[in-house]
Amino acid sequence: MPRRTDLETILILGSGPIVIGQACEFDYSATQGCKALREEGYRLILLNSNPATVMTDPELSDRTYIEPMTLEVAREIIALEKPQAILPTLGGQTALNLAMDLHKAGVLDQHGVEMIGSNPMVIEVGESRERFREAMAQWGLAIPASGLANSVEEALVAAERGGFPAIVRPSFTLGGSGGGIAYNREELKELAWRGLTVSPISQILVERSLIGWKELELEMIRDLADNAIIVCGIENVDPMGVHTGDSVTVAPIQTLTDVEYQALRDDALKVARAVGLNGGCNIQFAISPENGQRVVIEMNPRVSRSSALASKATGFPIARVAAKLAVGYTLGELKNGITGKSACFEPALDYCVVKAPRFNFEKFAGASPVLGLEMRAVGETMALGGNFREALQKALRGLETGRLSLECREAQSVKLEERLDWLKRKLVTPDPDRLAMIYSAFKLGLTLAEANALTGLDPWFLGQLMEIWETEKFIAGPLATTLALGEVPPVDWWIRVKSQGFSDLSVARIVREARPGPEITPAKIRALRLAAGARPRFRQVDTCAGEFAAETPYYYSSYDAPTPPPPLSPREPGQEPGHRPRKVMILGGGPNRIGQGIEFDYCCVKACQAFEEMGYATVMVNSNPETVSTDYDAVGRLYFEPVTLEDVLAVIEVESPDGIIVQLGGQTPLNLAQELKNAGAPIWGTAPEAIFQAEDRQGWNDLVSRLQLKQPPSGMAPDIDSACRIAESVGYPVIVRPSFVLGGRAMKIIHRPEELGDYLSGLEASGLALGRDTPILVDKFLDDAVEVDVDAVADGEKVVIAAIMEHIERAGVHSGDSCCSIPPFTLSPVIQAEIRQETEKLGLALGVKGLMNIQFAVRQGQVYVLEANPRASRTAPFVAKATGRPLIQTAAKVMAGQSLRELGFVEPTGQSYYAVKEAVLPWNRFAGAEVDLGPEMRSTGEVMGLDDNFGLAFLKAQAAAGMTIPRSGDIVMTVSDRDKVDLVPLARELTLLGFTIHATPGTKEALEKAGVAARRIDKVNAPRPNLIDFLLDGKAGLLVNTTSSPTSIQEASLIRWAAIRRGVTMITTMASLKAAVAGLKEIRLKEGKSQLWRLSPLQSYHGQSLGD
Amino acid sequence: MAGEAVKLTKAALTLDDGARFEGQAVGPLTEAAGEVIFITAMSGYQEVVTDPSYHGQIVVFTTAHIGNYGTNAAVDQAQEVQAAGAIFHELWLPPVDHWLSERDLPAYMAAHGLVSLTGVDTRALTIHLREKGSRNGYIGPWEADPGPALAKARAIPSMSGLDLASSVSCQSVYFRQGAPSREGRPNFQVAVIDLGVKKSILDQLCAHNLDLTIWPGQTPAERILAEKPQGLFIPNGPGDPAPCDYAIKTAQAFLGRVPVFGICLGHQIMALASGARTYKLPFGHHGLNHPVVDSLTGRVWITSQNHGFAVDPQSLPPGLKPSLWNINDQTLEGLEWTDIPAFSVQFHPEASPGPHDSLGLFERFYQMLRAHHA
Repeated sequence: MPRRTDLETILILGSGPIVIGQACEFDYSATQGCKALREEGYRLILLNSNPATVMTDPELSDRTYIEPMTLEVAREIIALEKPQAILPTLGGQTALNLAMDLHKAGVLDQHGVEMIGSNPMVIEVGESRERFREAMAQWGLAIPASGLANSVEEALVAAERGGFPAIVRPSFTLGGSGGGIAYNREELKELAWRGLTVSPISQILVERSLIGWKELELEMIRDLADNAIIVCGIENVDPMGVHTGDSVTVAPIQTLTDVEYQALRDDALKVARAVGLNGGCNIQFAISPENGQRVVIEMNPRVSRSSALASKATGFPIARVAAKLAVGYTLGELKNGITGKSACFEPALDYCVVKAPRFNFEKFAGASPVLGLEMRAVGETMALGGNFREALQKALRGLETGRLSLECREAQSVKLEERLDWLKRKLVTPDPDRLAMIYSAFKLGLTLAEANALTGLDPWFLGQLMEIWETEKFIAGPLATTLALGEVPPVDWWIRVKSQGFSDLSVARIVREARPGPEITPAKIRALRLAAGARPRFRQVDTCAGEFAAETPYYYSSYDAPTPPPPLSPREPGQEPGHRPRKVMILGGGPNRIGQGIEFDYCCVKACQAFEEMGYATVMVNSNPETVSTDYDAVGRLYFEPVTLEDVLAVIEVESPDGIIVQLGGQTPLNLAQELKNAGAPIWGTAPEAIFQAEDRQGWNDLVSRLQLKQPPSGMAPDIDSACRIAESVGYPVIVRPSFVLGGRAMKIIHRPEELGDYLSGLEASGLALGRDTPILVDKFLDDAVEVDVDAVADGEKVVIAAIMEHIERAGVHSGDSCCSIPPFTLSPVIQAEIRQETEKLGLALGVKGLMNIQFAVRQGQVYVLEANPRASRTAPFVAKATGRPLIQTAAKVMAGQSLRELGFVEPTGQSYYAVKEAVLPWNRFAGAEVDLGPEMRSTGEVMGLDDNFGLAFLKAQAAAGMTIPRSGDIVMTVSDRDKVDLVPLARELTLLGFTIHATPGTKEALEKAGVAARRIDKVNAPRPNLIDFLLDGKAGLLVNTTSSPTSIQEASLIRWAAIRRGVTMITTMASLKAAVAGLKEIRLKEGKSQLWRLSPLQSYHGQSLGD
Repeated sequence: MAGEAVKLTKAALTLDDGARFEGQAVGPLTEAAGEVIFITAMSGYQEVVTDPSYHGQIVVFTTAHIGNYGTNAAVDQAQEVQAAGAIFHELWLPPVDHWLSERDLPAYMAAHGLVSLTGVDTRALTIHLREKGSRNGYIGPWEADPGPALAKARAIPSMSGLDLASSVSCQSVYFRQGAPSREGRPNFQVAVIDLGVKKSILDQLCAHNLDLTIWPGQTPAERILAEKPQGLFIPNGPGDPAPCDYAIKTAQAFLGRVPVFGICLGHQIMALASGARTYKLPFGHHGLNHPVVDSLTGRVWITSQNHGFAVDPQSLPPGLKPSLWNINDQTLEGLEWTDIPAFSVQFHPEASPGPHDSLGLFERFYQMLRAHHA
């Protein structure tokens, strides 16, 4: 069937903020979907609250709504835009849930909106455990023995049937959220209660545990004519028991016979038919390694994280095809863009693909790094290699965790004689470092059979680790000996080592350990290797294992290819024969992690577009399968490689780019800048030396004093005494951090000398001891200051401010975790002018070419500069979306040599609306962690609220972040002493607005003294029932809780945990409460009017700002 | 531990165009010759090397890892290994621990006399074959002088015009009992002329209540007709259909008398018997992912394929209708006889290895028999 002509306008739902379990893979899929439907000529309406995404770029749809993804908002948009169809399958669980809400509320029927790509029935079957079970039974498919439960009691009964350990899976939740494994009745009670709480329909499935079974996923596509294909089979290296998002996975499937695989495929087709799928879906299976028994675990009737992975692993664009099927096409009518053949085929792989998860446990003090059914990874990296070992080691180094080899670093600190036992004990529980632990245990004599018994990993995977160790022995033996003798190892030795995935860095480390000596550096290894002629080959990802000539501009490197491949014949758009266009290489950010995520991908993608428009050929290097930048369609040419010095240099060697862009992919490429330059690579934009100057403490201090700018007094301390001296001299509170750890890690605000001692001993305990080369930085902390972020573009002669962002929280909260507003809502024009001036001075002094971000603090009318980052900032996409200015494109043009004057890029003025960015935090994934905003960043994503009124923009941002502030009802208040004065007027406003306040004794007393009525509620350490129970019982809609000292943080965490578990909105700073009250007052004013808030697409906001 | 149990010798595959690909010969055997073809299947290596259609060929596996799950006799497609040689990117040498495995692949190959090379740049080799077409090759020990190996490669006879089917056919007639008839589902007597039939095809026919008499390929049609079979099945087999004149004659004798179903080589023989022509494809179809579309309904099947020759759609006489097409290269994949009960497909509905999308064709044959004999 051809494209449907009865549709004209389609509403596409995005996936909202990045959270664990729902990351930028949905930006990739929805972006692909938008492009696919746009080329069909449909009018597209997009709803997504996340400004960091590529899909919310106003160029991608006709009407882009960056608004909260709530029923209320979606209903209004549908009434306004009158779409004929809604496509919910590209925006993850958030989109599906919202579409189902719209369906259940009758909104779709009322407005005649058809759900395409799926339908409520399919979604029900996929998402409701009960309906799924029925459908599977009807088609004769086995599922794990299980029982549904709507109460803790029912859960216990269900567990009696299946036995322990039992698995709890809440219905309709995301990324296994709220799920877990219970080994006894007590654990089950706790898990069941939690699961029932998080399930929107208060239902859980209690299931027989299949721990140790093989876990497999099939990514499939089916059309309404019942044609179906399996795009990719993925095998989890970690067996059942670890969430697939937290598992190391491999494609193609490695350990199934054809008979087993085809049975799986048959089952998958049955599942798709059973649920009536139209589009992409992901089906998870478990297979017993003992007897091949198989069961269906679950099905997601939408594109998913795995389908993004499968698309990148095979080159097959699942989301694009799914979008086309949604508007009426059948599979046979669509083409595979890579081979020009039909899209109705199953890709064949002649390489191995390994995905490895990236974790950030270290940021959540108190949470234990154990893996289970609930996903905890914050990002992932994928690598392609000629064999499993090469792909695995490439993936591991792509994670950028500082790991040099498969060695388990934690085990090194255990005494050698106890190490094997220690490892054996650790191996029983899934751990993020499990493969490395197995590897280390092998070296100490653990057998393959023992490892299999302890971990359940398939012997084939364990055998692969053994093989890697064989190669390590070769490196430590013959190779090291030869090097020690000053001889040059021959090329086949290098190929032997490199084809197993060892990096030059890890070879150097192994050689140095085997034969201590200073001369074996990674650079030396590299030089010897290159001299011997051992270079990686670049192979095309062609979806067909070489069967057809492919046109893809998509490559990976491998040493596992003894003969040279035919020369590359990549696509070069608009290229005349004999004419070589100028070429720009853009380095991506690698795996997402807290502090470096989708924002940088947006920057890379926009820059690519800008360079292509300028006529450059573009080359992208990145290793993150979730992103738009690794869509071969989004860039000129894609190298799916780890973003490390060695791998990047190898690409440079074959591509010889005219310019390399390091300032858009976050810290990852920036860290490579100097070494790349040293190796002769042409870095465009700000010079690596300037980047270093901004990062180096001494260089920065010199610059600030030369420019006569103010910064908080500070010092560097190599030991505790000098730390105390510095703190005394600058005055408490101080903000401290180790100088040798990146990304705000272990940063803390210290109020008293005792806390400083505790902090330092804490550092020592975690292996970060102080020393002459490893001092800590002690800065005066500007208490109660207003923080300001500035994003700007500079060309070396001129600095243009893109936006000044005023933070809502006071100084001390990491800028990535804080809420901020464009334009500023309290800063005076004088202060803003000074900030502009200082930004200009710094930009010119640093010689910035391209983007820069500067952080200021304003206190008592004084402007202090905190830091400058001569690179794209996390806020760059937010600024671009808020202001409608081509920030990234302009930076790209500047880097290519154009001037800001030429480009006519000027600071936007007269913005008449507010854009508020709010961060989204993953507390619910880290049970036991301290819940408090601080100088260490912990948010995973962000949202934006837009409105003409600041308070309303703030309320929208809160709602979009899943923290909807109720308009009336009960509030629990318990605030620290220093906040009590500020609380009084706000509490008064709230009572006037009709809220009932419940306050703990101290807070109540302060309020009542000022004449504000409050009901008493007992503190957390008072006998129960106290405020914890009040929150858990769902009696309050809002928690206002602030804290000032470490002990009260622990206490506060208990309170906040109760709120998180019950889904109660919480406000933890007075500044946020003030903004919320402003918004609530505005709403009250507008009550009864036709519109409570402004609802218009980005395009009209931008038109408005340009018109001014 | 790798390589301790299995002997590896430096060796090479030399193609008749002079291209040489280095690798390690696995086990004691180091010499083989035949037409070199590549297969993109990611599973089912044992089924492939025992499939008589690969008789005398050197099969290049493009998938990265081979041997991961060992071997088990249940999936053998013939008594003996049929391929002349196998080329791997990486053969798994350490012991395999899979619940179905009876023997590791290296040991299986040694026992069955299959010559193989591992550590070959199979991607480069595949691209070479894709660009230059399938060609003959010789596996032998590595020698500095490529001359002798090249001479051996060039001495291999071309597949075109060669009757390979005779050499894989059974030597005497045998029977296989179909699944017992059930209420309303009688059994039928079907003759199979053996041109190298895969075991899984016989399994499928039997499972569909067909009692089989399997005749040596060269059996005269009159001999088979004398037994009054109710249907004829012409199976897969190796090589060029054109020289199989005996089978073509048998097909001619049966077409129009009883229902006839042909797969792969059988499909080509039925076409030739009706007056169509066949031709050699540049590098054949060998894989488990070939999309085939029904031109009438638009319905697509993912199919298992293995053939170097194809029926020329331009050559179809009246009474023969193309029904199925390969979406990738628009080659003919299925034929319908409009006036008589007969149909044929170029691909392998029995899969083994491969997807089961078109398994229903066996039932279709059963229903055709039933309608004919009603």
